[in-house]
Amino acid sequence: MNFDKELDARGLQCPLPILRCKKALQELASAQVLKIIATDPGAVKDFQAFAKQTGNELLSSAEAGGEYTFFMKKK
Amino acid sequence: METKKLAIIATKGTLDWAYPPFILASTAAALGYEVQVFFTFYGLQLVRKDLSALKVSPLGNPGMPMKMPFGPKWFKGINWNIPNAVQAIIPGYETLATGLMKQTIKNCGVATIPELRELCQEADVKFIACQMTVDLFGFEHSDFIDGLEYAGAAMFFEFAGETDICLYI
Repeated sequence: MNFDKELDARGLQCPLPILRCKKALQELASAQVLKIIATDPGAVKDFQAFAKQTGNELLSSAEAGGEYTFFMKKK
Repeated sequence: METKKLAIIATKGTLDWAYPPFILASTAAALGYEVQVFFTFYGLQLVRKDLSALKVSPLGNPGMPMKMPFGPKWFKGINWNIPNAVQAIIPGYETLATGLMKQTIKNCGVATIPELRELCQEADVKFIACQMTVDLFGFEHSDFIDGLEYAGAAMFFEFAGETDICLYI
């Protein structure tokens, strides 16, 4: 999947992944995509809630080897 | 979708009680809430410039797990239940417990209080200090961080009365 910016949130615990995500999204233009890699299993639900509450779109969410990769599209 | 509002009244000043207001405020702000935190009584300790005085006390705190943040896994799993009578006698016990707690927090990748506080302010969370308790404890405005407003309960109620969630911590 194409993305415009990558955020490494590995080793960070709640609420840092979504806080960093919010900050990173501010630097993007509308419809651009942010790729986030996290290791906190709670991040899966956090990003779903974040997308739902803020109106940004969670394009995909995947897990591989203990790492979770998310693609968030800025509204 | 109308903006949701969160008000938090922070009244405690120890390290363990410092986390809930900042984590809830920063998370809500990340989710698009408008957030205001009212610091009063010991909560004022959380808005001091110098946060190094924040401590945690295991004394009389039976809910606090006391595990070492270092060593092999079996060692880390031991819960060192020290009786209150012993805790009260050892000088520097709180400093030790605080140090171990901070190490545990760091090991798990959880943010530090200064970091969380900064994230809150960056996310436009409004911090209000209770002027009455500032005077009560003889604090000066220079003891506290910038960007802090000073007000009383009446002014805070203006916002608190309109919130979807209001928490007393």
